[in-house]
Amino acid sequence: MDPVLTQTIIIGLTGLICGAILAIAAHFLAVQENPRIEKVTGLLPGLNCGACGFAGCADYAKAIVTQAAPVNLCQPGGVETVAILAAELGVQAVAAERLVAIVLCNGDDSRAARSVVYNGIADCLAAEFVGGSGKACRYGCMGLGTCARICPVSAIRIEQGLAIVDPAICIACGKCVPACPRTLIKLIPESRSIHVLCHSQDRGPDVKKVCSVGCIACTLCVKICNGQGITMNGQLAEVDYSVPLDNDEVIEKCPAHTIHRRTGRKPEKPA
Amino acid sequence: MNIISSLFSGSGGIHPNDSKKGTATQATVTPPIPPLLAVSLSQHLGAPSKPLVKKGDAVLKGQSIADSNGFVSSRVHAPTSGKVVFVGPRMTASGKVATVVEIETDGLDQPFISEPPAGDWTTLPPRELIERIHQAGIIGMGGAGFPTHVKLSPPPGKTIQTLIVNGAECEPFLTADHRLMLEQAESIIAGIGVLQHIFKDAQVRIAIEDNKPDALAALARAADKLTGDVQIVRLRTAYPQGAEKQLIYSITGYEVPSGGLPMDVQALVENVATAQAIGEAVIRGLPLIERLLTVTGPALAQPRNIRALIGTPFSDLIAFCGGPRGPIGRLICGGPLMGIAQSSLAGAVTKTTSGLLVLPPEREALFSSMPCISCGRCVKACPMRLLPSTLSEASETEQDAIAEEFNVLDCIECGCCAYVCPAHRPMVQHMRRAKVRVQSLRKQRDAQKKKQTS
Repeated sequence: MDPVLTQTIIIGLTGLICGAILAIAAHFLAVQENPRIEKVTGLLPGLNCGACGFAGCADYAKAIVTQAAPVNLCQPGGVETVAILAAELGVQAVAAERLVAIVLCNGDDSRAARSVVYNGIADCLAAEFVGGSGKACRYGCMGLGTCARICPVSAIRIEQGLAIVDPAICIACGKCVPACPRTLIKLIPESRSIHVLCHSQDRGPDVKKVCSVGCIACTLCVKICNGQGITMNGQLAEVDYSVPLDNDEVIEKCPAHTIHRRTGRKPEKPA
Repeated sequence: MNIISSLFSGSGGIHPNDSKKGTATQATVTPPIPPLLAVSLSQHLGAPSKPLVKKGDAVLKGQSIADSNGFVSSRVHAPTSGKVVFVGPRMTASGKVATVVEIETDGLDQPFISEPPAGDWTTLPPRELIERIHQAGIIGMGGAGFPTHVKLSPPPGKTIQTLIVNGAECEPFLTADHRLMLEQAESIIAGIGVLQHIFKDAQVRIAIEDNKPDALAALARAADKLTGDVQIVRLRTAYPQGAEKQLIYSITGYEVPSGGLPMDVQALVENVATAQAIGEAVIRGLPLIERLLTVTGPALAQPRNIRALIGTPFSDLIAFCGGPRGPIGRLICGGPLMGIAQSSLAGAVTKTTSGLLVLPPEREALFSSMPCISCGRCVKACPMRLLPSTLSEASETEQDAIAEEFNVLDCIECGCCAYVCPAHRPMVQHMRRAKVRVQSLRKQRDAQKKKQTS
């Protein structure tokens, strides 16, 4: 017989036999899985970010179906996903407000002074041991991008030595929050738009020496809003994100130009 | 007292140019009291001290201005008399923010206690001697700053057989311990006498590198006063011969186990300066308010060994040494290998400041890190017998599990690997980063375990 034909028949038969074994095994050894888990997994965004506290979307879906976990934990999915999940599972759920991350520093290279040349590893954690990345401020963003590298959706960019979160892309997974050795990143409700972009606990004159937009603790903003929304924490004015604040006066009156309006909302989708 | 050579010789290490000639033969000088002292309250390892004074208070020399805040903590005393003008957070020489007490000195130097403690200290039990050491705010003056009273109180079940007094001073440029051994040998020996009283049966080994024959001779002469098993050990000159674990191996032949402490091999190491301070504290009742340090470097007009008050600003020290010859390229608190680069002259002397190194711009090199070429020089140089090349790559690629498996936590951060690396990789920084990441990994793992068991 033609050797080519022999080979073809032998390999073809082997394939058929193996396929048959697999087909039989698939039938008898099949794992019975709740079909709802698969369905719920399909409804989740599939980013596997872990913001819900479970190891990925499939794990969260399993928890929803088997342990009746709340359906409003998915941050990237937002309101829509909660509504779909609630309808699918026939439960009542209130969507928590979407959160976004924000970097509480505004000292980029044009505003923050540099005191030394940093020549080490381009990593914020490594730089923190040696006193920072060269910026004179001990509290501000070092701009070496540890948060940007850890972000699963590339929502953080480094511009002129300052990390900036794009709220439209941010899925509020919270991975960047512990990654920042100076604890500059906060997760806030997206409707909050007024921010004190500074984290310095230095006294006013010391802040002025190292940054042109740092909080000098003049307490003017706290007085304007009667302590509702902005409070003093040591030498720093801090926005209390648990209460809504919409007062343009604090932005205009802030002598150090530390307070800014920055919307956290996603732009409306075109119809 | 005869001098013996060490029997064991550790692996690894490097032989950099020691650059000690400039100051080794210069007697210690005492600068005038600076107008302002900035005394940090976290000079030691452990919890920062609790301030006992506030702005506006008058303080006297040797008065306690901060108390221990927990067991692993220490006290801090006013180095001279004056008025407290500031208490609050400031950047310190260690590169971290700490509470600092600023004292405007009055130049009168009025002492708080003028009389030495009454009674014969030799009749006191060890516990009370350790309490006096605690009261005097003594911490390890070799560099780490571990509170001495904690070190001298081993937990029950642990015994100390070998008491090593560390006069190796292997770090290049530094000669402060060398001068201390020459000028105050008697005082060091008195301190060793106190330590012998605390650990009654321990053998004492005074370890000095063989590049300081005059210090060996001076201590050998003074040590004749001591009784018991005392020997002066001549060590091979190498860096890091004076590191705790390397020193214990050179003298006893025992290796401190991974993750263990010197007391696990029944050894205790005290720096010569610490021993001297212990003597002063117990016998004369003096708190630790000054220390010897070497202010040196090619960029300095007149390098000197200085007896400085704790809190003396670096700018005053440099001015006292004739100021810089030209522009300063790099200012390092400590020696070139273990020291911390400073971003300004604003830092101040702490109990662990062994020197101040001023380098001109032409002596500082800025390298960019290149990939590891697997030459193995760092492996040969590592005194802890780690694999720095593997560890640095694990740190670079954030593979913390590998770093942990290859024992990054045993790294002593001596910098030998970085010194020999032809690819100019910032090895020590890699190690430090990996250490922090591995520690947080362990914490996470422990938390998870707790969650599972509960």
